[in-house]
Amino acid sequence: MFGELVDKFDDIFRTLRGAGKLSEKNIKDSLREVRRALLEADVNYKVVKEFVKSVEQSAVGEKVLKSIEPGQQIVKIVHDELIKVLGEKAVPLAPMDKAPTVYMLCGLQGSGKTTLSGKLALSAKRKNKKPLLVAADIYRPAAVKQLKVLGDSIGVEVFSLEGKKPPEICLEAKKYAEQNFIDLVILDTAGRLHIDEELMEELDQIKAKVDPDEMLLVADSMTGQDAVNLAEQFHQQLDLTGVALTKLDGDARGGAAISIRKVTGCPIKVVSIGEKLSDLEPFHPERMASRILGMGDIVTLVEKAQDSIDIEKAEKLEKKLRKNAFTLEDFYDQMQQLKKMGPLESLVGMIPGMGKALKGVQIDESGMRRVEAMIQSMTPYERRNPGMIDGSRKSRIAAGSGSSVQNVNLLLKQFFAMQKMIKNVNKFKIKGLPKGANPFQM
Amino acid sequence: MISKLKKLKQSLSKTRDNIFGKIGRIVTGRKIDDDLLDEIEEILLKSDIGVGATDKIIENLREEARAEKVVDSEEVFSLLKKEMAEILEKNKKKSLIENGFKPAVWLITGVNGTGKTTTVGKLARYFKANGKSVMIAACDTFRAAAVEQLGIWADRSGVDFIKAHTGADPAAVAFDAATAAKTRGVDFLIIDTAGRLHTKANLMEELKKIRRVTEKVIPSEHIFSKLIIDGTTGQNAVSQVKVFASAVGCDGLIVTKLDGTAKGGIMVAIAEELSVPVDFIGIGESIEDLQPFDADEYVEALFES
Ligand SMILES: Nc1nc2c(ncn2[C@@H]2O[C@H](COP(=O)(O)OP(=O)(O)OP(=O)(O)O)[C@@H](O)[C@H]2O)c(=O)[nH]1
Ligand SMILES: Nc1nc2c(ncn2[C@@H]2O[C@H](COP(=O)(O)OP(=O)(O)OP(=O)(O)O)[C@@H](O)[C@H]2O)c(=O)[nH]1
Ligand SMILES: [Mg+2]
Ligand SMILES: [Mg+2]
Repeated sequence: MFGELVDKFDDIFRTLRGAGKLSEKNIKDSLREVRRALLEADVNYKVVKEFVKSVEQSAVGEKVLKSIEPGQQIVKIVHDELIKVLGEKAVPLAPMDKAPTVYMLCGLQGSGKTTLSGKLALSAKRKNKKPLLVAADIYRPAAVKQLKVLGDSIGVEVFSLEGKKPPEICLEAKKYAEQNFIDLVILDTAGRLHIDEELMEELDQIKAKVDPDEMLLVADSMTGQDAVNLAEQFHQQLDLTGVALTKLDGDARGGAAISIRKVTGCPIKVVSIGEKLSDLEPFHPERMASRILGMGDIVTLVEKAQDSIDIEKAEKLEKKLRKNAFTLEDFYDQMQQLKKMGPLESLVGMIPGMGKALKGVQIDESGMRRVEAMIQSMTPYERRNPGMIDGSRKSRIAAGSGSSVQNVNLLLKQFFAMQKMIKNVNKFKIKGLPKGANPFQM
Repeated sequence: MISKLKKLKQSLSKTRDNIFGKIGRIVTGRKIDDDLLDEIEEILLKSDIGVGATDKIIENLREEARAEKVVDSEEVFSLLKKEMAEILEKNKKKSLIENGFKPAVWLITGVNGTGKTTTVGKLARYFKANGKSVMIAACDTFRAAAVEQLGIWADRSGVDFIKAHTGADPAAVAFDAATAAKTRGVDFLIIDTAGRLHTKANLMEELKKIRRVTEKVIPSEHIFSKLIIDGTTGQNAVSQVKVFASAVGCDGLIVTKLDGTAKGGIMVAIAEELSVPVDFIGIGESIEDLQPFDADEYVEALFES
């Protein structure tokens, strides 16, 4: 599931390395894989096509042909180009410099608007601003109640009116805000399809009545090819000023980000990374580019780790990774820590280059227990020097862990593959990639 | 039936006009060549069918066209339809309503916001309309106002409702509901669960526990885990199916929001790779916007021009 893309790039590297220098043909070959990778990441077909063309144009040239490590060059170009599309730097939400500032949220059903409304309110509150949540969804069962519960949980007032249409509710809310020293008004509108003319028209009316400072499209990061259609239509109708991408705490590659960005030209301003109201972050184009390429996102990994991992240990590991001094002991340690953080596969997917290295390692729990038992049966010396584990040591470890020599062999083989991979990652990181794409260069 | 098909066709007509209608235009009066196959590939990819499944479909199409000496490009079109329907149909089930035992428990699962609660409401109405007695249970005790939301659906469908208070242990609620369903002898118990990303181990554990506890009252083979997939979802849906299936099993999908412009091609990708059938599709926010999935109908509606 994970790391497929990483594998592909690994394969590309291999062929490119083998070939020594880049020819137009192997640029084309590797770009075919890039295309495939982007499609698998749900970037829209048309967008992929244009994108690949522009990469090809930058790739075919002296610069690349002369380079020693052509694979790195290609990946760098692809990565740079993706960042360019996603927006070079983070664009913040409209400042709350007039009272009231109005944010209006819109999007398809279930994309995360109501939750995001709560998050924006909390974040305003933390900046010592006074927010007001406006229940402009009169359609979904218990939508008003949902917003009220969220508002209550963070001590933010919720404005609702019975028997009124959303445009009126929003207008009244704005008036109320003006009289009550509210800094930020957040309009939580109902989910709707972009082809629902009546409801799209309703958004238009709300917009005309309240003149929002921020018109945010809230889009699910798991969205497939349809992202271009919905983004186009919402943008056409409403002149979006920004995009919020939700549910990025999952394992979707999030190619929709590229599609939406391409068709609207609007910056992605915030990302939603969980169900809790504090799970809100600014958008990082570099991370997103790495994620879409499946290059891993060690930044997020490390941040995630901070919640559940001993920071000192994490730092030590990072150093070790950098020095290629990763041992079975570290591996075991990681297993223990990672177990606390969530399914291994998703974490492994965040580590660049790990996809292939861990292929075949059973990451189901029973497999993990087996691996654990084997490592537990090793002496500290063996854990630190897996290369020294010979036949008789293997038999002892197998017996001690209730496993077989084959299993011990498999574990070692996979561990060495992983070590090698880390080495490769380090090598190519240090030479080729821009800052930010280099996970070990934080 | 006719009106149902009509509604489906209407919903899919945007799809058809935009995308699949094009196949008709492309294939009419053209020779089968790489360009043609490339164009078909484009159409499939744009429907979220995914690179893997698309490659396979195209490959088969090429082979079959060669083997059967298809020269008329219009025949390619019917081959393509056949191919897609076959993929979608291979996991089809007999009946969703007649089980021969009661209660049958439908455990409704899925990632956040896909339409689980709405679908529970729709299913309750559907089973009831088919003469079955139904009970629904609110095991989403986490999301704000989730219980109230389901309560409204219980009213709309007029079925028994087991509610819980926010923060209650969802497994305990499931246990109570299963016990009540058994005692009252209803035909169906439908359990709504909280949305959870398949990548969250603790939440997947919680779901496993719901199933485990329900099994204390209801035999495992009478419990059906249904995964609700948002029809707008891209390739991630495949991992969703895999992970949910390994946690609590997955014996059917319900694909929602197909009333939009998304093509739901992910169904093909899933069927191609995993043996899970699509039971129902959701085509709107009203209580009757649910239809048993019929592969032929779906493909027919998609390709009709
Ligand atoms: N994991 C995760 N879940 C999220 C995130 N944002 C929202 N959710 C969940 O997604 C589901 C839908 O969120 P809502 O905020 O109700 O979505 P909405 O867009 O308001 O939905 P409608 O009003 O019905 O259109 C809920 O279960 C939320 O808890 C996120 O970033 N990560
Ligand atoms: N257009 C359309 N909207 C749908 C469909 N099914 C559900 N929805 C809408 O999608 C949104 C989310 O639906 P819910 O039933 O709350 O989804 P859920 O999976 O229970 O959400 P969580 O419990 O928060 O994970 C609501 O606005 C529904 O009205 C459908 O088939 N078509
Ligand atoms: Mg909402
Ligand atoms: Mg729900």
